[in-house]
Amino acid sequence: MSKRLFSLTLAATTFSAGLVFAQAPDQADEIIRGRYQAILGDCAACHTAPGAKPLSGGLPLETPFGQIIPPNITPDKASGIGNWTEADFRNALKNGIGHDGKRLYPAMPYPAYTRMSDRDIGNLWSYLRTVEPVFNPVESNQLPFPFNIRLSMMGWNMLNFTAGEFRPDPSKSAEWNRGAYIVQGPGHCGTCHSPKTVLGADETSEALQGGSLQGWYAPNITGNSYIGIGSWSEDEIVQYLKTGTNGHTIASGPMAEAIQASTSLMADEDVHAIATYLKSTEGGPAQKPQPIPASDARMKVGAAIYHDTCSACHGGDGKGARQLFPALAGSSIVQQPSAETLTRLVLQGSQAVHTPQAKTTPSMPSLGWRLSDEQVAAVLTYVRNSWGNAAPSVGASDIGAQR
Amino acid sequence: MTTILPRKDVVIVGLGWTGAILAHELTEDGLDVVAIERGPWRDTATDFNIGYAQDELRYGIRRDLFLQPAVEAMTMRNSTSQTALPMRDYGSFLPGNGVGGAGVHWNGHTWRFWDSDFQIADHLRDRYGAGRIQDLQLQNWGVTGAEMEKSFDRFEYLAGISGKAGNINGQIQEGGNPFEDPRSRDYPLPPLQMTYAPTLFAEVTKSLNLHPFPTPAANLSEDYINPLGIAMGQCTMCGFCERFGCANYSKSSAQTTILPVLMKKKNFEVRTESEVLHVDLDASKKHARGVTYVNTSGEEFFQPADMVLLCAYGLHNVRLMMLSGIGQIYDPNTGEGTVGRNYCYQTNAGAQVFFDDKNFNPFVAAGALGQTVDDYNGDAFDHGPLDFVGGAGINCIPSNGRPIQTRPTPPGTPRWGSDWKKATVKSYKSTLGFSSQGSSYPTRGNYLDLDPTYTDRFGRPLLRFTFDFPDNDIRMSNWVSDRMEDIAKAFGGRQYTNTRRKKGWDSVPYQSTHNTGGAIMGTDPKTSAINKYLQSWDVANVFVIGASAFAHNAGKNPTGTVGALAFHAADAIRQQYLRNPGQPLVSA
Repeated sequence: MSKRLFSLTLAATTFSAGLVFAQAPDQADEIIRGRYQAILGDCAACHTAPGAKPLSGGLPLETPFGQIIPPNITPDKASGIGNWTEADFRNALKNGIGHDGKRLYPAMPYPAYTRMSDRDIGNLWSYLRTVEPVFNPVESNQLPFPFNIRLSMMGWNMLNFTAGEFRPDPSKSAEWNRGAYIVQGPGHCGTCHSPKTVLGADETSEALQGGSLQGWYAPNITGNSYIGIGSWSEDEIVQYLKTGTNGHTIASGPMAEAIQASTSLMADEDVHAIATYLKSTEGGPAQKPQPIPASDARMKVGAAIYHDTCSACHGGDGKGARQLFPALAGSSIVQQPSAETLTRLVLQGSQAVHTPQAKTTPSMPSLGWRLSDEQVAAVLTYVRNSWGNAAPSVGASDIGAQR
Repeated sequence: MTTILPRKDVVIVGLGWTGAILAHELTEDGLDVVAIERGPWRDTATDFNIGYAQDELRYGIRRDLFLQPAVEAMTMRNSTSQTALPMRDYGSFLPGNGVGGAGVHWNGHTWRFWDSDFQIADHLRDRYGAGRIQDLQLQNWGVTGAEMEKSFDRFEYLAGISGKAGNINGQIQEGGNPFEDPRSRDYPLPPLQMTYAPTLFAEVTKSLNLHPFPTPAANLSEDYINPLGIAMGQCTMCGFCERFGCANYSKSSAQTTILPVLMKKKNFEVRTESEVLHVDLDASKKHARGVTYVNTSGEEFFQPADMVLLCAYGLHNVRLMMLSGIGQIYDPNTGEGTVGRNYCYQTNAGAQVFFDDKNFNPFVAAGALGQTVDDYNGDAFDHGPLDFVGGAGINCIPSNGRPIQTRPTPPGTPRWGSDWKKATVKSYKSTLGFSSQGSSYPTRGNYLDLDPTYTDRFGRPLLRFTFDFPDNDIRMSNWVSDRMEDIAKAFGGRQYTNTRRKKGWDSVPYQSTHNTGGAIMGTDPKTSAINKYLQSWDVANVFVIGASAFAHNAGKNPTGTVGALAFHAADAIRQQYLRNPGQPLVSA
């Protein structure tokens, strides 16, 4: 769910005098609520580079169309959004149109933020005015021609974008509606977890059914019990979002970052609401395919590699060990249609995040130096089709492409 | 040119077990702490990768994780009449190097020393009379077993020790060690599942009316989350503990029990590959100003600090004190001086039983997976009619069956060639070994000081050992070897060997990395370098934490007591010293 890929460039290139925004003491509550909106929206994930001052500009995002650098959104007048008005900011989040009418790229997830309430956007704006101004000029638009023409986003919006606030479903509980609001609006989960059209827009008919980005596969997070999170209890979803681990899996890659900076800091009732909503969603194949039989040659090779290299931690039965080693048996991430994340974990390794409730930060070691493409393909085919798991086999060429 | 760095509250020399415990405890009080570590950063995923952690050639034979003599050598001799020469390689003992220190590559035997150890001089004098110990330089440590209980408990729960209590609040527990001091509660985890050799050892020793019990192990019998919230995994019994880092988060070390929390703290920092040259004292020599260290580019830094904690390997702590002028170096001729006094080691012997009809599968193993009898350890038995004091634990702990070094062969087997190969095939799975780990008691002539001739790469004198096994300890070990012979016979194997400890310490073959003493704790500044809180008698803002503090060595592995002393010192600093910094906690 890294918003890095899809974050947007808010180029602040003009220096017209903005309104002087006076902070009144009675705004404290508004600012605190706005700070919470920044957590829900995980602004820092894209707009803060590692080790840099908060929101002063992020690391480049690799999109299928080229590179975009998340801009400086501190109140610095010269290089940040110090010259913006609240109306500018509202227009950016609601319509993808920034200061001076500049079109934003949807790497900035305004197609999700448009669902946010006016009040939440207002609070977020109040908070952003209080962040330390940092002078850090960022040229966000690094896209090649023709994508570097911002006006082209007008056409993109016509095809792909529907503005409008979240509309609650009165037939559902308040908790469900709160969850739906966060997932579809500020939390912008679909930015990573929904598959994309050729134009890079969310495939809305397949919302939250999994998407590929920056060398990771953001899995299906619908209530589907085969490849979604339907087999997790609500408490297990909450535990995952709060700590990064829940006995079934351990977060890696961009989701690990999102948990550290965003979901682990959310209010408990909001995380419960997200879980309630996600469990109610549907998507993806309900039926498991037939697993590849253990007698298959690839499975035999994979089993031998698994027992040599993987079983000491993940167990002969694929059950893992609590906070330390994720279970592979029954894991939905293991059974996604794409093995992109699994391949990356085996080749490069990964380290769990540090959260107040899960401090260990255990690691998956890199094994790319040790296993050939064929061996990685075999062992992944094996874990995807053992202990009740079932998923398509993995080919050696898929591994080679990710080295 | 020396770069002067911004001041810190605390500088810690060495980031192993004790450094990590102290750093965690003192940062909890909000102090700004920096640890300076000579060796490299090490962590599980990148340094103990499951794909190569079990490389016996790299780690077991070439000793990748250890201190190399090119970095620091030491000189040795058996008595003051000899001229010490540098050890060209480490052999008899293997100090660690890098973050985690020797706690990375230990086996995991985790013992508590007894009250009769901490008060050894009083205890033995009361029981046997002063004459019995007149040739030994035995001293009380200044603490009692009851005083240390809480700290032992904290270390065992930090590390997730697997074991069976023998005495909970005075109630003897079936299946545990009946000779241990009372403990407040059981171990955090149950004992490891026993393999065949220790199971048989337990049956045989029980039949001899001894009291076998599972060796307390830092190899985890179950998954565990320690009091810091750090998770560890069940040991897979791969048999690669001693000399190796653990790839499975199953062996307790600073890496697996403390660093994941410590390294996230904003008031903690570690500087690796930086060697402390000395502690800098002020003109009065009563107060430390900080430490001077050098990095791998040869750049020198002065790190000012209000407190200096020496948490390196015990031998390095002693040498740093000597190089820094903290206290007076011990002189065996006059008995004056304290730094270097009461260096002790370990007095070990071994036995093997060869069978024709048994398969012990020695490759299924863990560093501390075994059984111990303490009937002949310490003062658990009456020494009245005997001519020695001290004793040994008898251990059947088949810690590994690694292919290069596990080659048991019966006496008379050639040392190479096809007959040797045949014998190793026959004996590999069918041989049971057990050993005695004996106490090492101090004498006037066993000590550490600075070598007058040999220097290190910075021109500093090397540490010099003057050591041989005391006659008392040889008599003790021989007597225990007689008991081991009884046990070996009772196994009823085809044949057995019983290798006895002899005088003449040899620094070449591996014996034990249990080097203790040299900066010992005690009640009298004339005979000890540090007080009961491990605070230097001479420089009150220096604490010296490690096995260097042991006033003697018992027939047990030292790490459990080292860990407990670290918590004991941390409590004293947090609860007493910080209220009145720079002052002695015990008046001399």
